[in-house]
Amino acid sequence: MRVKVISRSADEFTRERSNDLQRVSRNYDPKLRPQEKAVEYVRALNAAKLDKVFSRPFIGAMDGHIDAISSMAKNPSHLKGVFSASMDGDIRLWDIASRKTVCQYPGHQGAVRGLTVSTNGRVLVSCGSDCTVRLWRIPLASGIESDDSSDKSLATYVWKNAFWAVDHQWEGDRFATAGAQVDIWDHNRSQPVNNFEWGNDTVISVRFNPGEPNILATSGSDRSITIYDLRTSSPARKLIMRTKTNSIAWNPMEPMNFTAANENCNCYSFDARKLEEAKCVHKDHVSAVMDIDYSPTGREFVTGSYDRTVRIFQYNGGHSREIYHTKRMQRVFCVKFSCDASYVISGSDDTNLRLWKAKASEQLGVILPRERKKHEYMEAVKNRYKHLPEVKRILRHRHLPKPIYKAGLLRRTMADAEKRKEDRRRAHSSPGSIPSRSLRKNRIIQEIE
Amino acid sequence: MEIHDVSDELEIKVKKYQRGEGADLESLKDKKLKGQLANKEDLFKKSANAAAKAEKWLMQTEEGRLEPDGLEKTWRFSQQSIANEVDVASRKNQFDLVLPDLGPYTLDYTSSGRYMVSAGRKGHLTIIDLHTLKPIKDMQVRETVRDVVFLHNEFFFAAAQKKYTYIYNRAGTELHCLKEHGAVLKLQFLKNHFLLSSINKFGHLHYQDITTGQMIGNYRSGLGRSDVLQLNPYNSVLTSGHSGGTVSMWKPTTPAPLVKMLCHRGPVTAIAFHPNGHLMATAGMDKKLKIWDLRKYEAIQTLPGLAKSLDFSQKGMLATSTGSFVQVLAASDSQEYSRYMIHTMAKGYQVNKVLFRPYEDVLGIGHSNGLSSILIPGSGEPNFDSWVANPYETSKQRREKEVRVLLDKLPPESIMLDPTQIGNLRNTKKKEKPKQHEIEAEKAAAIVAAKNVPLKKKTKGRSKPSKVTRKKQEGIELAKRSFVEQNKEDGVMKKKQKRTTDASELPVALQPFVSRKTT
Repeated sequence: MRVKVISRSADEFTRERSNDLQRVSRNYDPKLRPQEKAVEYVRALNAAKLDKVFSRPFIGAMDGHIDAISSMAKNPSHLKGVFSASMDGDIRLWDIASRKTVCQYPGHQGAVRGLTVSTNGRVLVSCGSDCTVRLWRIPLASGIESDDSSDKSLATYVWKNAFWAVDHQWEGDRFATAGAQVDIWDHNRSQPVNNFEWGNDTVISVRFNPGEPNILATSGSDRSITIYDLRTSSPARKLIMRTKTNSIAWNPMEPMNFTAANENCNCYSFDARKLEEAKCVHKDHVSAVMDIDYSPTGREFVTGSYDRTVRIFQYNGGHSREIYHTKRMQRVFCVKFSCDASYVISGSDDTNLRLWKAKASEQLGVILPRERKKHEYMEAVKNRYKHLPEVKRILRHRHLPKPIYKAGLLRRTMADAEKRKEDRRRAHSSPGSIPSRSLRKNRIIQEIE
Repeated sequence: MEIHDVSDELEIKVKKYQRGEGADLESLKDKKLKGQLANKEDLFKKSANAAAKAEKWLMQTEEGRLEPDGLEKTWRFSQQSIANEVDVASRKNQFDLVLPDLGPYTLDYTSSGRYMVSAGRKGHLTIIDLHTLKPIKDMQVRETVRDVVFLHNEFFFAAAQKKYTYIYNRAGTELHCLKEHGAVLKLQFLKNHFLLSSINKFGHLHYQDITTGQMIGNYRSGLGRSDVLQLNPYNSVLTSGHSGGTVSMWKPTTPAPLVKMLCHRGPVTAIAFHPNGHLMATAGMDKKLKIWDLRKYEAIQTLPGLAKSLDFSQKGMLATSTGSFVQVLAASDSQEYSRYMIHTMAKGYQVNKVLFRPYEDVLGIGHSNGLSSILIPGSGEPNFDSWVANPYETSKQRREKEVRVLLDKLPPESIMLDPTQIGNLRNTKKKEKPKQHEIEAEKAAAIVAAKNVPLKKKTKGRSKPSKVTRKKQEGIELAKRSFVEQNKEDGVMKKKQKRTTDASELPVALQPFVSRKTT
C-alpha cells in the first residue's frame, strides 16, 4: 500500500532571519471562506461610513480681490497656477499650493469679462467691458521673481464694443472674443482678423474645440448655441433653446461632445454632430448655472451656479455626484477643474476663490502602495453593493442648506404638477393629438443650418 | 488525450472559482446596464481563470492519500502499519494521552489546527500546542465540565461548568462568568459573528455576543432537554437534535426554528455538517446513520450503526464513534459514503468525541481514559491561506488578525439559510386583483364598521333621533359608495368587451343585423 500524509516542515513556512519578509501562503478556494458575501457587505458598509468620516473637501480660500470674481483661466503648461479677474479690473496670478498671489496685472478700467492663456503658456489674454483686449506676459515658473517694476503688459487693443468672453485656440495662435459679434484676433494684429455674425444679439460666451482647433461654439443672448468653423469663415449650425446658455465646455476626451450650462438650472450635453437632441440632461441645481468646466479625464465636470453651490456631475449621469457649499460662499460665477483632476477652484461673488478637492474623502499627499491598494479595494467593494438600501442611504447623504433643499422640493412639486396636468390633457384628448416629447428634445426649439 | 484532461481539470477549477452562474443578460432592456454588467462578467471570468492557473504555483503542499495494492481494502490498515510508512514528523501526530481518573474527555481545535483545548468531565482543563506537543496550561477547576470551546483565538476559551459557563484566558485566569446561560450541555462558537451559543439542561438556546457582552437571543426550544448542538459552518445556522428524532435549525433573531426535520425514529444522538453546506449527517438511537441533502431536505444515504459522535473533515470524510470503535467513511466518486478506515480502542475506553484537526490528516479522539490522535490520510486540506487561518502565526500576525476579524464582524441578522442571498434584490410581488368574495367580505366589514361608529350626543336639540338615524345612514352609504364605483367600472369594461366580440363573431353579411341593444 502507499500512504502519504500531509507533512509540512516549519522551515518552509517561517522566515529564517528577523530581517527577512514573513512568508505568506495563499489559497483562494471559496470553500475556506464561508459567508464571504456577508463579509463583503459589512466591508462595503464600513467603507461608506469611512468615506463620510473622511469627507473634508474644502481646502482653503484665496483672499485678495476686492470685488466679485468674474472669470478665471488655467495655464495648460503650469499646474500650480490659476489666473483670476474681478469686476473692478484686477487680474491676479495665484499659486494654488500656498494660496497666495504671485503677481498682479493692473490695467483694466472696468470689469474684466474674460481671461484665457495662449497655447504655449506664455501670454495671458484678457478682455473687459472697457472695450479693450489686453495681452500680458506670464512669468516663468522656474522662480524668476515677479517684480512690479517690469512692464508685464505686452499689448492693448481697443475696439468698438464691450467684450463678454474670450477663448484661445488649443493649438494655434488665434483667439476669439465675444461681444456684439464673434471676433477672431491674432496676437500681433491690433484689429480682429475675422468676424462672424448670425443675428443681431450679443454673444455671451465662446469656447474653442480641444480636438479640432478651428471649431468653436458660442452662446448668445437670443437663447442660441452656434457652432462656427474658422476655415469656412461662416457659421456652421445654430441651435435655439428655450432659455439662455451661460457657458459651454467641450469634453477634452471626446471632443465632439460639449455641455452647455443653461439659465433654467440644467446642463445639457450635446453631440456637436447631432444637435437636434441633447445626449443627456443634468438636473440638480436650483438656480441658473453660471459656469461649467470639464475635468481633464473627460469623465466628470464641475458647475457653479447662482444658487451658491458648486456641483460635480458625471459626464453621462443625470444627477450630481457631489455638492459643495459654504455659508460664506455667495453666488458662484466661475469654476475651474485643475489640470491634474484633483482640485476644483470656484470664484464667487464674495471676492474669494475657493479651493476644493474633487473627491471629497481623498487622501492628499504621497500614498504608500499598500494604502493605495486598500483605497482601491474600498472603492470596488462600495461600488459592488452601492445599490443596497443601507449603503445607498449613507453614500447618497449630503447636507444641503435649507434654502436649497426647500427650493429643490419646490421645483420637484412644480415639475410633478406639470407632468400630471400634461398626462391628464393627454388622457382627455384624442390619442395622438398631444405627442409626448422627451426632456432631451423638449428644451430645443429648432435647429438651423 | 492529456491535453483534454488538463483542460477539463482547468475547467473544473475555473468553475470552482466562479462561484455559480453569471447573471442573465439577455432579458435586460436597459442597454447601459447591460453593457456595464457584461463588462463585470468579463472581469469575473478573467479573475476565475487567473486563480485557476495560479493554483499550480500556490498549492505547495500535497494532500494525503491511502492507496491499497490490488485487492486490499483501505480499512484493513491499522494505525501501526500506517505509522511504519510515514515520516517521523507525522508520526508525532499519533499519540495517546492516558488520563484515567478525570472522566471522559472532550476537545476542541482552533481554526488553524495548532492548539487544542481539552476538558475532562471531572474538571481537568488543558491547552496543548500541537506543534511542540507541550501543554500551555493545565488546570483543575474542581467542578463538572461538560463542554469546552475555543473563542476566536487560542487566547480565550469557554468552559461549560456545573452551574454556569466561564470564559478563561490562555493563562488560566477566569475572565467572565456567564450566568445567563445556566447549566449548559453543549457550546458552539460562531466565528464570523463572535457569538457564543449554548443549549442548556432545559433545552434553552442562548446566543451571546462576546465582544459587547450582549445577549442577542434567548429562546426556548420547546422540545425538552437536548445535548446535541452543532454549527453549520457554511451559513452559521445552529442545529439541535431532540429526543423525538427531530432536528431543528435556529438563527439568533427569530424565536421559532427556521427548519424542523423529522430525522430519526428515536432520539438524535449526533449531527455533523459537510463544509460545502449541502450535506448533513445525523445519527439516532434507531441504529441508523443518515446522510441528508439540505437543498432538498431528503436523505440520500442510510447506513446502519450507532454513533455517539460524528464529524466531517475538510475534505468531506465522515468520522463516527460508538463505544470504543471509531470508523471513518469516505465518499468515492459515486457520492456514496463507504468505510475508509477503522480504529478500535482498548475495551474499556468509551469514546466521547471525535474531531478532525483542521489542515492536518489527523483525527482527535476524546475518550473516557484521556485523549488520542490518529492519522487519517487524505482528510485534511493541505494548503492553508495565511489570511484565513495560519498554523505558523507570529504574535504580530495574530494581533493584526484579531483586529481585522473584529472589523469584519458580521451582524447577527446576516445569518440565513442561504448565505448567497445577501446583495440580491427581493422580487417585488405583483398586486393581484382581489377576488369577488374578498371584495364582498371587505364591503361587509366596512358596513359593519360604519354601523358601529359612535355618534356624539349633541345638545340644544341638535341630536334628534331622526337626525341621528339620517347621519348613520349617510355613513353607511358612504362606505358602500366606494365599492359601487369599483364594481361599476368593471361592469362597464365587461359590457364593452362583450359588445365587440358579439359583432365580430358573425360572418360579414350578417353583421348589420346584429342588435345594438345592450343585453
